[in-house]
Amino acid sequence: MKTIRSMVLVSSDPISLQRGAQGVFDRLQAEIKTYGLDEEVSLAMIGDVGRHDALPLVIVYPEAAVYGPVTVEDVHTLVEEHLYKGRIAVDLQASNRELSGKIAWLNTRKGTLPAEQRIVLRRAGIIDPTNIEDYILHDGYTALGKALTESTPTQVIDEIKKSGLRGRGGAGFPTGTKWGFVAKEKSAKKYVICNADESEPGTFKDRLILEGDPHSIIEALALAAYAVGADEGYIYIRGEYTLAQERFKLAILQAKEMGFLGQNIFGTAFNFDLHIHSGAGAYICGEETALLESIEGKRGQPRTRPPFPTTHGLFGKPTLVNNVETLANVPPILLNGATWYRSFGTLSSPGTKVYTILGNVNVTGLIEVPMGITLREVIAIYAKGMKGGENFKMAQTGGSSGSIIPASLQDTPMDFDSFGKAGVALGSGALLICNEDTCVVDLAKVLLNFFRTESCGKCFPCRIGTQRAWEMLDAIASGRATLKTLDQLMELSTNLYNLSYCGLGQTAGTPLKDILTHFRAEVEAHIRLGVCPAGVCNTKEAVH
Amino acid sequence: MATIKSLDDLTRIRKEVLEKRKAKAAAGQIEVIVGMGTCGIAAGARDTMKAILEDIQNNNRVGIVVKQTGCIGLCEKEPIVQVVIGNQPMVNYGKVTPGVARQILADHVADGKVVQNHVILL
Amino acid sequence: MPVATMKSNKVQEAVNAAIDRHGVTRDELIPILNQVNQALGFLPAEALSEISQRLKEPRSSVLGVASFYHMLSTKPRGRHVIQFCESAPCHVVGGREVWETLQESLKLAPEETSPDGKWTLVTTSCLGICGVGPVIIIDEDVYGNLTADKIPDILARYS
Ligand SMILES: Cc1cc2nc3c(=O)[nH]c(=O)nc-3n(C[C@H](O)[C@H](O)[C@H](O)COP(=O)(O)O)c2cc1C
Repeated sequence: MKTIRSMVLVSSDPISLQRGAQGVFDRLQAEIKTYGLDEEVSLAMIGDVGRHDALPLVIVYPEAAVYGPVTVEDVHTLVEEHLYKGRIAVDLQASNRELSGKIAWLNTRKGTLPAEQRIVLRRAGIIDPTNIEDYILHDGYTALGKALTESTPTQVIDEIKKSGLRGRGGAGFPTGTKWGFVAKEKSAKKYVICNADESEPGTFKDRLILEGDPHSIIEALALAAYAVGADEGYIYIRGEYTLAQERFKLAILQAKEMGFLGQNIFGTAFNFDLHIHSGAGAYICGEETALLESIEGKRGQPRTRPPFPTTHGLFGKPTLVNNVETLANVPPILLNGATWYRSFGTLSSPGTKVYTILGNVNVTGLIEVPMGITLREVIAIYAKGMKGGENFKMAQTGGSSGSIIPASLQDTPMDFDSFGKAGVALGSGALLICNEDTCVVDLAKVLLNFFRTESCGKCFPCRIGTQRAWEMLDAIASGRATLKTLDQLMELSTNLYNLSYCGLGQTAGTPLKDILTHFRAEVEAHIRLGVCPAGVCNTKEAVH
Repeated sequence: MATIKSLDDLTRIRKEVLEKRKAKAAAGQIEVIVGMGTCGIAAGARDTMKAILEDIQNNNRVGIVVKQTGCIGLCEKEPIVQVVIGNQPMVNYGKVTPGVARQILADHVADGKVVQNHVILL
Repeated sequence: MPVATMKSNKVQEAVNAAIDRHGVTRDELIPILNQVNQALGFLPAEALSEISQRLKEPRSSVLGVASFYHMLSTKPRGRHVIQFCESAPCHVVGGREVWETLQESLKLAPEETSPDGKWTLVTTSCLGICGVGPVIIIDEDVYGNLTADKIPDILARYS
């Protein structure tokens, strides 16, 4: 696996390109290869980062060194000095006096490495997912073979605990701890379940893994089963993911045929059987207890907790539920060790995180980067800037249960704890990036429409609250609201959080709170002035 | 394929597969790989795949293996097609419409000339 | 809640096929309903009664499940079902215009079926194909990167 140590960025705004940035890029690529550094240095173009006086710029992480203006002739020295010998090429640095403008943020990012580091996605889009040979060729099933023949279940759990892996299904719960809970239950029957109901708007990382690398999840589930003492597993794939289901079905057949599933796996006493359960269209079934209900053939409505699934889960038996991305981390951790895993990300959130980049940006798609990257870095490096050079207004993270993040928070490192401190949620890793043509009221309305549609109806605070919230937002958007509506909205947000039965209703109020905290003036403009500043809402119904 | 009963079995199978692949690459086998995740398909990968298969048949191109892979996460550039000729490094193409696919087969696969304006960096 | 009916041998056939494949245990209820829904286009009252008898589950609980999940329908649908994704990622990149064009070209409101039984138009929550949004799914075909002007051509592919 490629392990990235340095990241080199070349500015690619129109002025840089005019001054030969492409030539600099090409030469960098060639020199990096010549020095045999291409397995550890990642090279990319970056959009407009300011410093128009010193273009084209070459920025090198983790030192956050800024070089400029760089010519093709400078590249050789730069690569030899900085990347090969590891010391800053002082003569080529942009002068301190000029260190102003947008890249001032780089100083605070010294020591970080926002380069793509693919661990869970290392095979997606590389191997043929319908061919088990491809998987085996890329280290497949080695972690399982090693664990079964060389480690005890306790050793496996300890390694996962040491790695610091935290759940990627939204809550960030420590994975090793959860495995320990299930392992210590005394029961002849236990289950492991992969939660592949992925329905957070804007999230499709799990689909990419399932479609592109299904065997990695089979291997991870077998490892989890071995660790917690289960012999049967389910993967709950949302009904709309037909391709993922097909690929997974085929993968299970292949794994059975080769003996990675079934009886006496790797010639040991370990048996493991795996079933697919298709969802039928219900966001709430991603909530783990609703998911259990759904597998049992019932309406997908959450159960009361406690008892937790780890003690009373599927058919009343101790059950482990993990997200797809969480599980995809397991085989590489066991193969390379917890210490290796901890070399990525931050102390409290080790490893990488997969983000989906969407919205008004130049390049949409999916990236896997170390925990702790900032929104500004994502937009500049991976999204290649805002579409049409527009201004960044806000981002919506983590699907609907994430937060609306104003531009002022774009330098906050994206990891569980830093985000928690800033009062925002990382959620499922969707980054919906919006420009100033997006109206916060309209966006909140779309989000609340999602919640009122997907509310399962079990508890009334959520069932009625999400509907009322949508109605109030609709009133604001169409100019029918008064300032009092805003107080009611804030109260409703708090009530949804305090009174709802499960995470769906609890997080439904987040967008309400976010827009009133960060964008109050814009919301009030709809009411006080009867205009939508972004020009999206039709406030004509206003009664003046 | 044989059942795996030990780590040694696994290592052996991996070696066999690797040898097989190396032999094919040494013999100059050409691989055309189409990204067929849901995103790719939504952006037209099925049409691209069809055009590739038809073009291979219509022009009697031989020694080409057409494969599929999942999404690589570059939705913007879908449909994505990768070409590997023998031991040469892989070339990645983005926004491959049926027309571009035919051009890739004619220029790159048959004639060794990479279609530069559709090359993407992964 | 009204459940549409369907007087046809097909109902019995579809239920039999689904039960043969999945068995008669409670935890197979959703797969059974899914398969029958696919075979008949929706879940008529007759099918729900039959499934309830065969599984020895109260009819209310079978209906409860059938009406809970979005992919199951207790109303007849058109020959082609168009699902439009109404979630935020598609919305901010031009989904609204596509939605308006769809409704105008089909002369249908959400959840409606055309009088000739050809189209049913429904909205759906995120389908996870946001990277190429706005997105619609017609039957099993996914169309991404949509703009309003692509709609007529796409609709013309279906008869
Ligand atoms: C409304 C709601 C929806 C959820 N949807 C998902 C989902 O689609 N996928 C998922 O893995 N977890 C989802 N979760 C979180 C799960 O309940 C559970 O925490 C997770 O599967 C645990 O896996 P992890 O420890 O690997 O993160 C959802 C939670 C709530 C409250």
